[in-house]
Amino acid sequence: MSNFYLDNPALKFQLSHPLMPKIVALKERNFADKDKYEHASQDFDDAIDNYERVLEIIGEICAEIIAPNAESVDKEGPQVVDNRVIYARGTQENHDALKQAGLYGMALPRQYGGLNFSMVPYVMAAELVSRADAGFANIWGLQDCAETIAEFASDDIKEEFLPRVSQGQTCSMDLTEPDAGSDLQAVQLKATYNEAEGIWYLNGVKRFITNGDAHIKLVLARSEDGTNDGRGLSYFVADNRHDHTIKVRRIENKLGIKGSPTCELVFSNTPAKLVGTRRMGLIKYVMSLMNGARLGVGAQSVGLSAAAYSEALAYAKDRKQFGKAIIDFPAVYEMLALIKAKLDASRALLYETTRFVDVYKAYEGIETERKLEADEKADYKEFQKNADAFTPLLKMFASEYANQNAYDCVQVHGGSGFMKDYACERLYRDARILTIYEGTSQLQVVAAIRHVSTGTYLKKIREYEAQQLEPEFEALRQRLAAMTQTYEKAVAQVSESKDNEYFDFAARRLVEMAGHIVMGHLLLLDANRDDMFRKSAEVYINYGEAEVVKHASFIKRFDPAQLENYKA
Amino acid sequence: MSFNIVVLAKQVPDTRNVGKDAMKADGTVNRGALPAIYNPEDLNALEQALRIKDKFPGTKVQVLTMGPARAAEIIRESLYRGADGGFLLSGREFAGSDTLATSYALACAIRKMGKIDMIICGRQAIDGDTAQVGPQVAEKLGLPQVTYAEEILKIEDGKITVKRRLERGVETVRCPFPMLLTVNASAANCRPRNAKLTLKYKRANTATERNSLEEDCGDFYKTHPHLNITEWGTADIDHEPEWLGLSGSPTKVKSIQNVVFTAKESKTLDASDNTIEELMKELIANHTIG
Repeated sequence: MSNFYLDNPALKFQLSHPLMPKIVALKERNFADKDKYEHASQDFDDAIDNYERVLEIIGEICAEIIAPNAESVDKEGPQVVDNRVIYARGTQENHDALKQAGLYGMALPRQYGGLNFSMVPYVMAAELVSRADAGFANIWGLQDCAETIAEFASDDIKEEFLPRVSQGQTCSMDLTEPDAGSDLQAVQLKATYNEAEGIWYLNGVKRFITNGDAHIKLVLARSEDGTNDGRGLSYFVADNRHDHTIKVRRIENKLGIKGSPTCELVFSNTPAKLVGTRRMGLIKYVMSLMNGARLGVGAQSVGLSAAAYSEALAYAKDRKQFGKAIIDFPAVYEMLALIKAKLDASRALLYETTRFVDVYKAYEGIETERKLEADEKADYKEFQKNADAFTPLLKMFASEYANQNAYDCVQVHGGSGFMKDYACERLYRDARILTIYEGTSQLQVVAAIRHVSTGTYLKKIREYEAQQLEPEFEALRQRLAAMTQTYEKAVAQVSESKDNEYFDFAARRLVEMAGHIVMGHLLLLDANRDDMFRKSAEVYINYGEAEVVKHASFIKRFDPAQLENYKA
Repeated sequence: MSFNIVVLAKQVPDTRNVGKDAMKADGTVNRGALPAIYNPEDLNALEQALRIKDKFPGTKVQVLTMGPARAAEIIRESLYRGADGGFLLSGREFAGSDTLATSYALACAIRKMGKIDMIICGRQAIDGDTAQVGPQVAEKLGLPQVTYAEEILKIEDGKITVKRRLERGVETVRCPFPMLLTVNASAANCRPRNAKLTLKYKRANTATERNSLEEDCGDFYKTHPHLNITEWGTADIDHEPEWLGLSGSPTKVKSIQNVVFTAKESKTLDASDNTIEELMKELIANHTIG
């Protein structure tokens, strides 16, 4: 039996990261559940063993069921019948298998039927599912919504909805509308409170809603009459009872991820419950949900890159031209080496970010149970800041690399790659959404740039630089140090201009420079722990160094007066 | 309505991915070179049992396997998927059993298990391909049997209605309980391992396995009796010693030849889109095409 977890030692490697004991101890509250639940972890080693066993189950389902279904799901797609979504046959089969395997609610507390897994194995599962079928990963990955309920909703709402997620009911997050895409402050769907009944009612239209016919829906709606901005929005949970108060009007016909139904929904007097506090919908809860979703897209992107690499490698080894396998030609093996380096770099960034999220989320949970000590509080804030800084970096790089890798994967296949006969054309189409949804790459830059200004990235880079390495990696570290100097100069130059528009214009270049250095360091640290990353570390630093020099050269020569030339 | 079900399962060498070292020079199977797996059709059988359990709460599914100590893995794999418990029938007296001695031993064990409504097993094991053990167990226990089952259509009024998949078509039969069912590979695939059950039962083991552990388990298994996989030897079943193992096996291997396959077994397909799609998937999966 093939298994996507067991065939990829790079994943198990992440479970052996030095921060894992801290993550597990925090998440498990020093194993407080061990005598309460038979499936609870007894100690650190037991927790890692549990993670691995569950990842093996997912790895097998991915390789044996989800990946083989991907082609037919892409072809068949979902349909709307009587205002309801009917999944493609393969999608339903995938969902049923994961449900039977108990793989919904992985990160939820055990009291709600979850496995209480930390984010690292949960994100790893998302990577595996995405490698098998990036479109299906959305349906499975929307269990993230449960995290938001667990964090912010009242106990009653938690009791009502969370066990249902663990039992395999699906979720959706209903944010965007025809006139509210990237700008969610413009949301108009109306929430009206009926005092006599003590219930909210939702009315309006939502558009581009992934898995829109889900059982459990988190809806952003305008609860405050007469408001026009984000401060009038609250967050609601609606139980989709399929009683026609929520109708699926249509599903979009998309370029890729065709198995994932993207719905237009009409809410007509849909009963709903308020999550958390009024007016905090966008400001607090959606931002939190969005960060989780961006981490999810990071995992989806890495999974897709992994699929692209495996398809490209297999084809390049198999295809013979001019009397030898095409992988033996420099032009082809360089492409493969770059796909691999970008895959390894984005994976390193994915799990580094996930570890930050893990630690701060665990503290966040502990804080609801008891007051944090001063040192814990400081630790919490530090990890939260790093998670905030790394999440947009991850979302941007991983999704851009997934696209580049899918592009190169088609290229390695040559003419055959353009035909429907190989999986690479589907990967190429599926990848395209990754740089767009849950915040475009351009919006990730907006989120990331303040960490360039405030020096969050630089501080982290200095920490990486200070770590102990084997002497053989010293030369690479020095190159990264030189790249960092170049980056600092470029940041200083742009900042000194005091021109806000120019700063925005240069932002992407600065963020990318920081990203290349961060990923270079992460791969170097990985290579220091395991030789399997040595090649990728060298290849990636070659690549990243050239990119940093390119951006530095652009910034150095650029005169803000030229901005006019860029305007249509 | 609920049922007591016994699933008969066997640990077999994975003969589906045979490499160069799969056979020894003397023509016998090199078990060391092949991974030990759950016999595929026994997994189909387990799924049928678990479906009955899903439909009729209170149903108890127990798995019985005969084999060496490591065959306890079969019981654990069953627990991970939803079985309630299992028995390992093990001992050197059982070694060398042919199908007759095996079915005798299994029948003796089943008699010890109390009132049983249904015995479900795979049609045949991939290491012997005899398809004899299930029917022989039924005969020895005096039970009616339905072989080559593909689907259980319904259970009502103390009878089970089963669709059988035969070489040239299907046949629907009804049978009273208690009964024995052998299940084809064309029946539903077994469900995956369940995460929580896997974590719960990962420490389930037999006394023999516990004794070979380095760490001291203390009284962990006394406080967690459900993690104890029952291990039965000859002393635990009522039997006639000469009917067990080699002495109970009239089958004698006279000689073994290496045979090179020239044609594969044939398969008759109906002309539906579904069947053709399944075949295409199979051909792609085993790399015949694509």
